[in-house]
Amino acid sequence: MSAPHEGHGDPRVAFESAKLGLWTFLATEVLLFGALFTAYAVFRAKYPALFHSEHLKLNRVLGTLNTVVLITSSLTVVLGVDAIRRGKARLLERYYAVTIVLGAVFLCVKYIEWTGEFHHGRYPDSNIFFSLYFMMTGLHGIHVILGMGVLAYVVVLSRRGRFSGEYHTPAEVAGLYWHFVDLVWIYLLPLLYLIG
Amino acid sequence: MSHETTTGARRTYVAVYVALLLLTAVTVLVSYVDLGLMNVVAALLIASVKASLVALVFMHLKSEDRLVWGFALVPIAFLALIMLGTLVDTMLR
Repeated sequence: MSAPHEGHGDPRVAFESAKLGLWTFLATEVLLFGALFTAYAVFRAKYPALFHSEHLKLNRVLGTLNTVVLITSSLTVVLGVDAIRRGKARLLERYYAVTIVLGAVFLCVKYIEWTGEFHHGRYPDSNIFFSLYFMMTGLHGIHVILGMGVLAYVVVLSRRGRFSGEYHTPAEVAGLYWHFVDLVWIYLLPLLYLIG
Repeated sequence: MSHETTTGARRTYVAVYVALLLLTAVTVLVSYVDLGLMNVVAALLIASVKASLVALVFMHLKSEDRLVWGFALVPIAFLALIMLGTLVDTMLR
């Protein structure tokens, strides 16, 4: 009982704790998306013919384009983290700004896809495949929007001179979150667009 | 904080990026070929390789300690359990 919070003053321990906290959050995120992936597995097993015919209606080219956009955004994030680890705050800001732009490009492509589906009369209540499609890409899209906000906040903090090569925890954990959003899409592409 | 901040690390990031793009190209091209059930296997296998690359290199999991590994893997084990249990229930009902 002598020093219950011993170690919290140690920046190294604080950094490790923050990282573990973010990984804990990601654990809840895995289960949040996991519920939808489970629903997908159940209904795909039940209605294989429907999933096959409906998935062909999605635009594979736009889905692939968005995959390239998100993978590129993951690269710019990791390069931003690498920059601030070397103490280069301006470079971090530039890389994260590019990432935010790529997030916006992703959402624009998603917007084009969704309006296309609506135009063809395909809505969340059309059938179970499109229910899952809109739910999964919609929840993922919300994550992209939130991620852009978090990255923008990191850029603001960096502009204020908060980060250095020694301290830049928010930049690191924001990066982890963004990579997770990329990870989810890596599974959504094949499940929705490629194998339906 | 001892980080790999050499140009070697950046070269690794770019190499992983190129690998991710190539794997994306492969999985999309394979989807145009009818392989039956193997389409599903190939797509999920490639997605898992891509996910592992992102987690290990971009999220620096490969240089994390066992505690972080635990927090990364345990939820995946739980997800597998949830999926398996639900599928067994709905398929055998």
